[in-house]
Amino acid sequence: MERLEFRFIGGRALEPAAARLVGVVGSGNLEVLVESAALNGACTVEVNTAAEGFGAIWNAVVTDFFARHPLGDVRISINDNGATPAIVSLRLDQAAEEFAAAVSVRDKQP
Amino acid sequence: MKHSFYEASARERIEGILDAASFREILPPAERVVSPHLQALDLPAAFDDGVVIGSGTLDGESVLVAAQEGEFMGGAVGEVQGAKLVGLLDRAVRDKPAAVILLFESGGVRLQEANAGLIAVSEVMRAILSARSAGISVLGAIGGQYGCFGGMGIAARCCDSLVMSEEGRLGLSGPEVIETARGVEEFDSRDRGLVWRTVGGKHRYLLGDCSILVDDGIADFREALRRLMESRAAFDLDAVLHEHDMLTRRIEQLGECKDGADIWRCLGWNDPTLLPMLDTNEFLQQAQSRAAR
Repeated sequence: MERLEFRFIGGRALEPAAARLVGVVGSGNLEVLVESAALNGACTVEVNTAAEGFGAIWNAVVTDFFARHPLGDVRISINDNGATPAIVSLRLDQAAEEFAAAVSVRDKQP
Repeated sequence: MKHSFYEASARERIEGILDAASFREILPPAERVVSPHLQALDLPAAFDDGVVIGSGTLDGESVLVAAQEGEFMGGAVGEVQGAKLVGLLDRAVRDKPAAVILLFESGGVRLQEANAGLIAVSEVMRAILSARSAGISVLGAIGGQYGCFGGMGIAARCCDSLVMSEEGRLGLSGPEVIETARGVEEFDSRDRGLVWRTVGGKHRYLLGDCSILVDDGIADFREALRRLMESRAAFDLDAVLHEHDMLTRRIEQLGECKDGADIWRCLGWNDPTLLPMLDTNEFLQQAQSRAAR
């Protein structure tokens, strides 16, 4: 197992909302847990993966994710069992969309 | 289009079986109660350890519910998963819900957790029987792609009643286990017809191991569980003796059979090859008319 941590700043801080879990830790699959957290506006991604030595690829995938979904005050936790980068991206998008559906974005308030 | 039970995750099944938005999860993923054994073995963990438990309502009646997630380690039961199931059943004794609903999907004990897993499974069986003897109805459902085998196969048969779909499978040693232990001549686990004739939902229904057979839809399972909540199976010495008599008669009547199809012939199906081809309704009609004769 390898543990990786990423931190992004400059996202939009979201109103606190209920935690959301998507995906299952099956073979070639992963679960993504999205939670509200007081992180001074940052978004953290913590990955526990069975596939060791892919830190650079994880960095690219989660950086792309943050570019698509610049979230703030959000903690993302991943348990991975060898998912491909495409699967990881889709799961992250699904998690962000389901989480955001329950949240109103502060910036959108007049 | 039907929402398939077979293809759904544990969370989707609970959502579809309980009344909308009534589910309150106990020890949700954010609590991170994960398996200490998998961590020690350097294996991936799941935030819910492969089982979702909580409370909710079904048709307005309060229920406690658990769903095993087959995609995580084949639904295998480890120490944490077992403790969650036992805790839910203990809570039922205290809170007296209308029923406990267990959505089984499991290959049995999680071998990586060795004795802790074995003990967990035996504790689940005892907790089911304790809840029943406290007057709580414990209802099971089996219809996922991993079936229900090993210790959880026994646990499922400890319930008051079971609902299965044709796709569901219930047994003790799973097909791959039998083939590994006894050879492919004894049991070819890749022969899907053979597997379903031995452990599939229709076969289990004909033997009386499940009380309701439904189509593969979450709504069908919900309706069957709702119906089962209206009646309670007796759970006393007479009921246990009756069950033992039934099992003795089963061995006497069917003990020489070599295949599910032989059993169906003994039960009055003159052309057993037709049976797997029938849809659920046709099958139930024919099974019930044979039972009446």
